[in-house]
Amino acid sequence: MTTLIKLYGAPVSTCTARVMTCLHEKAVDFALVPVDLFSCEHKQPPFLAKNPFGQIPVLEDGDLTLFESRAMTAYVAEKFKEAGTDLIRHHDLKEAALVKVWIEVESQQFHPAIAPIVYEYFVAPIQGKSPDQGVIDANLEKLSKVLDVYEAKLSSAKYLAGDFYSLADLHHLPYTYYFMKTPCASIISERAHVKAWWEDISSRPAFKKVSEGMNFGEK
Amino acid sequence: MATPVKVYGPPLSTAVCRVVACLLEKDVEFQLISLNMAKGDHKKPDFLKIQPFGQVPAFQDEKISLFESRAICRYVCENYPEKGNKGLFGTNPLAKASIDQWLEAEGQSFNPPSSALVFQLALAPRMNIKQDEGVIKQNEEKLAKVLDVYEKRLGESRFLAGDEFSLADLSHLPNAHYLVNATDRGEILTSRDNVGRWWGEISNRDSWKKVVDMQKQQHSP
Repeated sequence: MTTLIKLYGAPVSTCTARVMTCLHEKAVDFALVPVDLFSCEHKQPPFLAKNPFGQIPVLEDGDLTLFESRAMTAYVAEKFKEAGTDLIRHHDLKEAALVKVWIEVESQQFHPAIAPIVYEYFVAPIQGKSPDQGVIDANLEKLSKVLDVYEAKLSSAKYLAGDFYSLADLHHLPYTYYFMKTPCASIISERAHVKAWWEDISSRPAFKKVSEGMNFGEK
Repeated sequence: MATPVKVYGPPLSTAVCRVVACLLEKDVEFQLISLNMAKGDHKKPDFLKIQPFGQVPAFQDEKISLFESRAICRYVCENYPEKGNKGLFGTNPLAKASIDQWLEAEGQSFNPPSSALVFQLALAPRMNIKQDEGVIKQNEEKLAKVLDVYEKRLGESRFLAGDEFSLADLSHLPNAHYLVNATDRGEILTSRDNVGRWWGEISNRDSWKKVVDMQKQQHSP
């Protein structure tokens, strides 16, 4: 009998959303166990035993406990590779390798530029600070250069790793979702192919289920 | 007989070394094709075709062209499973996932502050770029917090993901090597008992010693 996967996190959290979207795409049942961020539950010893870095989410599958959302999605996509959407293209060596490349591009090029912008607009105000325009501008410049590469890539294929939706595209969803609510959204919408790609991937049912809970900062 | 795989990039590049260390661990024959980044080789159209971000390394084998060092390492481990260190990325899904989470921790938590420090302390002076004391302090604090977590973990476990050396440990070698050998801040690693012990073990592996030799040859006349 298979155990139910448990995901410790919060619906508004980008990294929790990343994993939930993957679980929905794979049609895998799971239980979301809420972690109380405001009482700093994630920094207390019981939680630190699961993730020593004190961050959400954490995934539990039987005896396996994992941290790092991208390790979780890779594990889920591989364990349930014959179910739901094929996110890792395991039947084709070349396609699978290209998915790995663009997963790292999101992780190493896209994420470091977009995350600080999302932080300034959504998290800083909660801590009583105004968005730091210097940080925003510096990262917008970096992100624009990355999106220029994306624009060129997406003009020759529908998705990042090829003409197929994959985990590489999925990983972009949560941060971009919040980014599109900031005054900086135009750098996505003014690039025709990036815009079309964004509209496509963000309208997938698996993500729509998750984005309903992503109301960080909204009343 | 398989043709050697190709790795493009200078031996002094941390990301290039990550891939070379992995290939050496996996006993996969390779050819290192150096690039002259000072001359802008990495921004030329022919190179941009295989690495559209104009960075190093790039990788080619008989089947495919790839970039991003951690993607290349994962690919090498998965596609040459019977070669060299078979357990480098785990021999079953649970072991692989445990290694992967620490490889992600390296990429998300260790790499950003350690890269910033390597740039500020080891590279900027050589490039006649003014050091930014604020950036140095900020990243020292960030790295210290990460290494506190590592210190606890490495008191419970010989290597990051368990009892065996893995791709997760390997991924730390390039930046840690520069911090210890090319800056005066190496004690951020070596003064922590467990991290220091771990650093001593992983940097003494034959594969890493070969990478260091390769880097030294680059310098010799």
